[in-house]
Amino acid sequence: MLDTLREIAQLGLVALLLVGAVCACMFKDLLNAVIAAAFVSLIATVLFFLLHAPDVAMAEASIGAAITTAIFVIAIKKTTRSEEE
Amino acid sequence: MRAVIAICLLAVIVPVLAISLAEIPFGAQGAATPEKPWIHYISQGAEETGAANIVTSVVVTYRGFDTLGEVTVLFIAAIGLGAVLFSRQQRKGEKLEGASLILQTGCRFLFPLILLFGAYVFIHGHLTPGGGFQGGVIVASGFLLAYLGCADINARKRWLNATESLAGAAFVIAGLIGLALGGDFLMNFLPKGTFNRLFSAGLIPLVYAAIGFKVGAELAGIVANLLEKPE
Repeated sequence: MLDTLREIAQLGLVALLLVGAVCACMFKDLLNAVIAAAFVSLIATVLFFLLHAPDVAMAEASIGAAITTAIFVIAIKKTTRSEEE
Repeated sequence: MRAVIAICLLAVIVPVLAISLAEIPFGAQGAATPEKPWIHYISQGAEETGAANIVTSVVVTYRGFDTLGEVTVLFIAAIGLGAVLFSRQQRKGEKLEGASLILQTGCRFLFPLILLFGAYVFIHGHLTPGGGFQGGVIVASGFLLAYLGCADINARKRWLNATESLAGAAFVIAGLIGLALGGDFLMNFLPKGTFNRLFSAGLIPLVYAAIGFKVGAELAGIVANLLEKPE
């Protein structure tokens, strides 16, 4: 029972991850795309933790969700925010 | 049209890669290891390296050379970014808009705590999940907060560079001493101590501390470079 619940939760998280990844590719506003990529990292962190890989989860949370997002946001602030057609 | 070509190319490349990679015996039994490597890591890793965290024993000891490669890649990325953003004109310490008092006080309170947490993560890398990279990035995020929140906490970039170089040199020298003494890069030549204690596992905490300092200083330098560049 618990195992099936966990599997359902993991499948839901994978679906969310895919939605976030597609959003990150499709958004024209680059700031939104960066936030979507950070969301993907966050979901990946939870998935890694559920799959018993806490080391990787910590790396993903600190690098993927925090530092990368910050660097991208700074870069967007210094350049243009919208993707040009 | 381009999408069709891309899909056709992918349909050719993927099977070729899959077939050729399937031939390589990754992780097969060799002469040095009587059993399969992952079984060896799990059953003998704690005993051989003295680290309670098996992931750390693999990252720092068995695959320590790969870790050196990763650190080098990060180093090259930081150097490339510095080269792109470098400008000869003297920065006049351009004033960012001063943050509000609450934000500044909060930053000043949180900054040392974040540094402490990062140091905790990389010093306990051989006991609990985490390690040099994770701890180093946490330290760098503390610097990011300081740069954004309160302009008066201003790490000199010269000090960041010196820390980074010293830590990288310490990692390589520790590896080379192992090579000289035992014939293996990063061989664990220090006493292993009591299992599951902070001062155990010989070289591993030292190497992880070096990696933590290096990654933290490097990423803090990247953030500083990005933020300081005049518009």
